[in-house]
Amino acid sequence: MSDVDTWLAHYHAHSAVLPGAELPWLADIRRQAIYRFADEGWPTRRHPRWNHTSLAFMDQQDFAPAGVAPDAAAALARLRGEDAGHWLVFVGGRFDAALSDIGPLPAGAQLSSLAEALATHPEAVEAAFGSHEDGDSPAALNAALASDGAWLRLARGVTLEAPVHLVFIAGADEASRHLRNLIVAEANSEATVVEHYLGSGEASTLTTAVTRLQVDADARLTHLKLQQEAEQTVHLARIDAVQGRGARFASHSLSFGARLARHDIGTRFDGEGCEALFNGLYHLDGRRHVDHHTRIDHAQPRGTSREFYRGLLDGLSRGVFTGRVIVAKDAQRSDAMQRCDNLLLSRQAEADARPELEIYADDVKCSHGATVGQIDEDSLFYLQTRGLDETHARRLLTYAFATEALDRIDLAPLRKQARAALMARLPGGELLEELL
Amino acid sequence: MLDINNLQASVEGKSILKGLDLHVKAGEVHAIMGPNGSGKSTLAQVLAGRDAFEVTGGSVTWDEHDLLAMPIEERARAGLFLAFQYPVEIPGVSNAYFLKAAVNAVRKHRGLPEFDAMDFLTRVKAEMKAVGMKEEFLYRAVNEGFSGGEKKRNEVLQMALLEPRLAILDETDSGLDIDALKVVADGVNRLRSPERALIVITHYQRLLDYIVPDQVHVLSHGRIVRSGGRELALELEEKGYGWIGDSGEVHSAPEPAGGAQ
Repeated sequence: MSDVDTWLAHYHAHSAVLPGAELPWLADIRRQAIYRFADEGWPTRRHPRWNHTSLAFMDQQDFAPAGVAPDAAAALARLRGEDAGHWLVFVGGRFDAALSDIGPLPAGAQLSSLAEALATHPEAVEAAFGSHEDGDSPAALNAALASDGAWLRLARGVTLEAPVHLVFIAGADEASRHLRNLIVAEANSEATVVEHYLGSGEASTLTTAVTRLQVDADARLTHLKLQQEAEQTVHLARIDAVQGRGARFASHSLSFGARLARHDIGTRFDGEGCEALFNGLYHLDGRRHVDHHTRIDHAQPRGTSREFYRGLLDGLSRGVFTGRVIVAKDAQRSDAMQRCDNLLLSRQAEADARPELEIYADDVKCSHGATVGQIDEDSLFYLQTRGLDETHARRLLTYAFATEALDRIDLAPLRKQARAALMARLPGGELLEELL
Repeated sequence: MLDINNLQASVEGKSILKGLDLHVKAGEVHAIMGPNGSGKSTLAQVLAGRDAFEVTGGSVTWDEHDLLAMPIEERARAGLFLAFQYPVEIPGVSNAYFLKAAVNAVRKHRGLPEFDAMDFLTRVKAEMKAVGMKEEFLYRAVNEGFSGGEKKRNEVLQMALLEPRLAILDETDSGLDIDALKVVADGVNRLRSPERALIVITHYQRLLDYIVPDQVHVLSHGRIVRSGGRELALELEEKGYGWIGDSGEVHSAPEPAGGAQ
């Protein structure tokens, strides 16, 4: 079962062996976090941020070890290809040093597992760890149970040329995994971080993942998440950024797997002139469900935020987007734009898009738009008159709709990986391979 | 080659083609002219297979096949080509992929080996040169952000690559400057051969200065009301369409030119 008592018991059974268990501040956060979770329970529709995605079913949900796991070495080899970069591999929620290849780092860069960072520089981790109060109750569960994750810290002015890849492979033996990644990019530093979530098998499993990012003044951070969990996994994740003056942060969320995936993605502009790009693409079929819940907090003036989410919805699936934008009273000349476009591939699929704008300043530009549509008949006809059969034409147009989201990924190798992941999901991907 | 007999078609219950007859032989170029709303584009779309139009009567025989029974892509593979009046923009699909997929679908059907990437590039670049398109258009999305003239050049490029046996150009000349018009005309003239037939739908006779048709037909209210040689186009240019009455009957005394523009 996955009710509150089960997780309390899980906490009591594991807290003593979690990394950093001997650190009083961390033990304290974990204890408060599990009690907060126990108090609040799983969010239900009554919760204002969860009214399209209830987790009430979790009380009756049994999670079991997957029994099988992706061949970690093969999966890694497929992802890596020829790409350079810093590769950290986690199997079943624990860092796997043998599969990882962190590679050479410039002076002023720290990159390791969270467990190692807790052992070597716990004070820095403490400042970045967050508290039991962050987010909703699933984030508190993560704070209480996270067994590992990545630690990246860039000193002032340090640039990581190659991307950091965090590969989280579901293990065969665990029914749940809880990962926490902490990223600190000091002033004027630059990096790209990619999180891959991979799973296999038919069992119901749970992943919670929290990534916290501190992007200081004029730093540039690109975050890309590729969620390719197993079909019966529940994936509850939170990406939480804070930006300093002039900092640029981009979040790309590609959600292709899992039975239910919830992505809470937020940033706060703590200095003037910040820029944020939130880009997302999801593909669902069957009875699967994905919910992107974003929050952009224009707390300071002259910030720019752009949100683009696109969904491909097939079968009886449901895609939800909520875009919350808060413009503080003094955040004049803020510029916020959001779009959510969904392509319905079946009559039973459902898309919800909801902007939530809270604007307290008067000199601002804010816009939002949402569309829900089907494959365009004119385009279909045009392709067919050129000799493409209907199936090929439909697949091409479906891919074309999605690729607009992928085009916003700047780095060509990452764009290519993202395309390959999309092709693997779409039926008839082999027809389109030449598009890669 | 193409025999259209008493063709009737409607859209959303509204009758557009009301008994149209047209007979085109291999090697011929036919021009179809007529005022806006006379059914010119509907004819083109029905021949290409658009299912938004319901065929309510008549028949179309193409090389002894019942054209109307063929799926859209089968018509294309068998050599029917429609150059669109409004070519569709397809963001996210490169022109190169689109052109190659189209050419190979047709080649496969004709029992020819499919082009590999190198052969295709050689071929497409030669044709692009002929229609005055820069190579960058290969790598842009299909028609996306193309000017009107660029879209029409792209249509002529597709026509040249697909080597159709029956090409229908639906107002390919509309909105074009004289250079682009010559490109379109040149594309058509290069395609002319004893095995091929072309139907050029146009509102203005201007294009027919460059493409000399074997026959000119005037379409009005869903029927061909007059047919003749090239001189008919010149007469239309002079008199406009005003001499065609509201219900399609031909008045004996032409009205002043420009009435139906």
